[in-house]
Amino acid sequence: MIKIRDVAKTFTLHTQGSITLRVMAGASLSVNPGECVGLVGASGSGKSTLIRMVWGNYLAASGTILVGAVDVARARPREIIRLRRETLGYVSQFLRVVPRVPSLDVVAEPLLNLGVDPAAARARAAELLARLNIPERLWALSPTTFSGGEQQRVNIARGFAHCYPALLLDEPTASLDATNRDVVLTLIEEAKARGAAILGIFHDEGARARVCDRVMDVTSFTPGAAHAVR
Amino acid sequence: MPATQTAESAYNFAYLDEQTKRMIRRAILKGVAVPGYQVPFASREMPMPYGWGTGGVQVTAACLVPEDRLKVIDQGADDTTNAVSIRKFFERTAGVAVTTATSEATIIQTRHRIPEEALTEAQILVYQVPIPEPMRFLEPRETETRKMHELEEYGLMHVKLYEDIARHGEIATSYAYPVKAAGRYVMDPSPIPKFDNPKLGQNAALQLFGAGREQRIYALPPYTDAVSLDFDDHPFVASKAMHDCDLCGSDTSYQDEVITDDQGSRMFVCSDTDFCAGRRARGLFGRLGVPDAEGGA
Amino acid sequence: MTTASRSMAVEDDAPLLSVRGLTRRYGARIGCADVSFDLFPGEVLGIVGESGSGKSTLLACLAGHLTPDDGQIHYLSNDGPCDTRTLSETTRRRLMRTEWAYVHQNPRDGLRMGVSAGGNVGERLMAVGARHYGQIRTAAEDWLERVEISAGRIDDRPSAFSGGMQQRLQIARNLVTGPRLVFMDEPTGGLDVSVQARLLDLLRGLVRQMGLSAIIVTHDLAVVRLLADRLMVMKDGRVVEQGLTDQVLDDPQHAYTQLLVSSVLQV
Repeated sequence: MIKIRDVAKTFTLHTQGSITLRVMAGASLSVNPGECVGLVGASGSGKSTLIRMVWGNYLAASGTILVGAVDVARARPREIIRLRRETLGYVSQFLRVVPRVPSLDVVAEPLLNLGVDPAAARARAAELLARLNIPERLWALSPTTFSGGEQQRVNIARGFAHCYPALLLDEPTASLDATNRDVVLTLIEEAKARGAAILGIFHDEGARARVCDRVMDVTSFTPGAAHAVR
Repeated sequence: MPATQTAESAYNFAYLDEQTKRMIRRAILKGVAVPGYQVPFASREMPMPYGWGTGGVQVTAACLVPEDRLKVIDQGADDTTNAVSIRKFFERTAGVAVTTATSEATIIQTRHRIPEEALTEAQILVYQVPIPEPMRFLEPRETETRKMHELEEYGLMHVKLYEDIARHGEIATSYAYPVKAAGRYVMDPSPIPKFDNPKLGQNAALQLFGAGREQRIYALPPYTDAVSLDFDDHPFVASKAMHDCDLCGSDTSYQDEVITDDQGSRMFVCSDTDFCAGRRARGLFGRLGVPDAEGGA
Repeated sequence: MTTASRSMAVEDDAPLLSVRGLTRRYGARIGCADVSFDLFPGEVLGIVGESGSGKSTLLACLAGHLTPDDGQIHYLSNDGPCDTRTLSETTRRRLMRTEWAYVHQNPRDGLRMGVSAGGNVGERLMAVGARHYGQIRTAAEDWLERVEISAGRIDDRPSAFSGGMQQRLQIARNLVTGPRLVFMDEPTGGLDVSVQARLLDLLRGLVRQMGLSAIIVTHDLAVVRLLADRLMVMKDGRVVEQGLTDQVLDDPQHAYTQLLVSSVLQV
């Protein structure tokens, strides 16, 4: 479902005298339907970078990134947008929302974008928020005022609202207590059971052990030590 | 045409020089060829100031021939100051016969009314027009309104009517009610009461409109359609007079209201003085009507 | 028709707007030079740049307010493809009243201040032949509600509205005829921050519900991140970078884009 072949990433920082940072080379990885692959490596080794390249948020310098039939490294913007709407889900580390939209609508949005009936979309959103222990009285409020943990749970609910065939998860259990961590891991297991291919970053070893079928160390993709080139 | 001079002055026939009359006639021909289209013309300085009917006077002057019989009315009456002045002006500068009888006139110059009596193919009706552009008060830019006429974009006219209904519950425009001429151009028929609008369309006479200050001439050729604008669910209604004329008893003419004493008593009389007098001459009287009635418009 | 169904229906179809080599000069100075892009149905394109970048010139050329010196603009209208540069004036004006919409930065430029809110919204309907007062009024009330203006204010003049309400009224006035392509020039410029949030939210919803394509010119990166699928960065009249909005903002490649992104104050 997700096939990463020979991907490289370079950052050229023009604002800092055009330093070129080669942060990744020769990255190759596959995730099959129903599988969850965990990315590991030291902080700054490129785990989030790789996830972002699969999402299309970062440009790959070379290589191919196939999600289903779409090569994200080469696709046109509207193809990536369509991919993100129908096929590829992403739960980032931080919740980014439009101000003043109620949490219920934030979670329902992926379904609304797919043309799902608003009542049904909100019902599904309510179901997820309830599972993640967000009290109903908060559903009508914008999550911008919530605690970090609450925001993260709204983020996760949004990511799981639609049954994406491919899912990217960046630290989904960070800042969650044991109960909610369990809920999230159960959601991941359910996604795997319905055939989703999941690529995730889990700092928590226990979480990794529970849901990851394989683990990939991204430091193997770092070209030597990342060095400054002028 | 050789200049005809009256005994007392060196005026050319009907005051304007021949070249000017020719220019005005060309504008009139263009107007007749394109009903409702405002033709610019080089309006002249006249012996009355702008705003006193110079447009109508110039059109009349260009149309007059010595054999014409001229009638001039102001708000329907032959004997108001302006009607008298203009009639005297043409008597003096053109020496044409004048009349107050609508049926005997060949040219009728009017301010803000159409005569009650039906006109014939042998007659010309000349209107005095203050602001020729029907959309002027909604769209002040001349460049824009010209484009709208050119491209037949008249949505704004309906906005005006919409606003009327929204504000007053009905189309409150009671005079200068816009019409569509020959299915193409929207025109302002001059500040005639909307009561008169039905007479505009399919009229046997040639109708010419002159705006001196704004320098425009437009026309409705005989038997041309002039449809008053409206909405499907708020159709145009020519308001009917609510009273019979107190002098002649007519229930179909447009009425003026006249206060007769300090206690607020009033009477309603036909605005068209010739029409009223004609009915009384035939023995038709109203509530107050007596032979040779005083008062009147 | 939602964005989803509409774009699925026209997935590999021709672009709605196709621009090639668009150039406009002001004497010896460049307004915009050699701009090319395609816009597909349901896509929102953001154009950012600082003052003098040429973005406003570009928008004016696209919307037909300015005549370009060079280049082509092909638009896929309901009646078939056309080259907007060679359109007759009648056709262009009709297009601007039906399939296109233009939201001005200052709502006063896009409204008739002397006409009631209902009249403002109804004008485009009347301009394309609506002649039933009751239906026009109902449509106007409906649209006022959609832009979150109480329908009870339908007879008020825009001069009695706040800036945010005027802007929303302008949007209603533009969208009432169901256009396919909306041009927006700094739609939230000049509005209070809280009002901006509400307006952006509204625009997002309407764009999605109506499957609109839009071209939005702004200097505010937060606006494009929220509204635009794609982004074009302009400097000195030229496009220096374009691509997926979040990619251009999070992984800028061009030096100028990097400068722009790094200059934004974080609140």
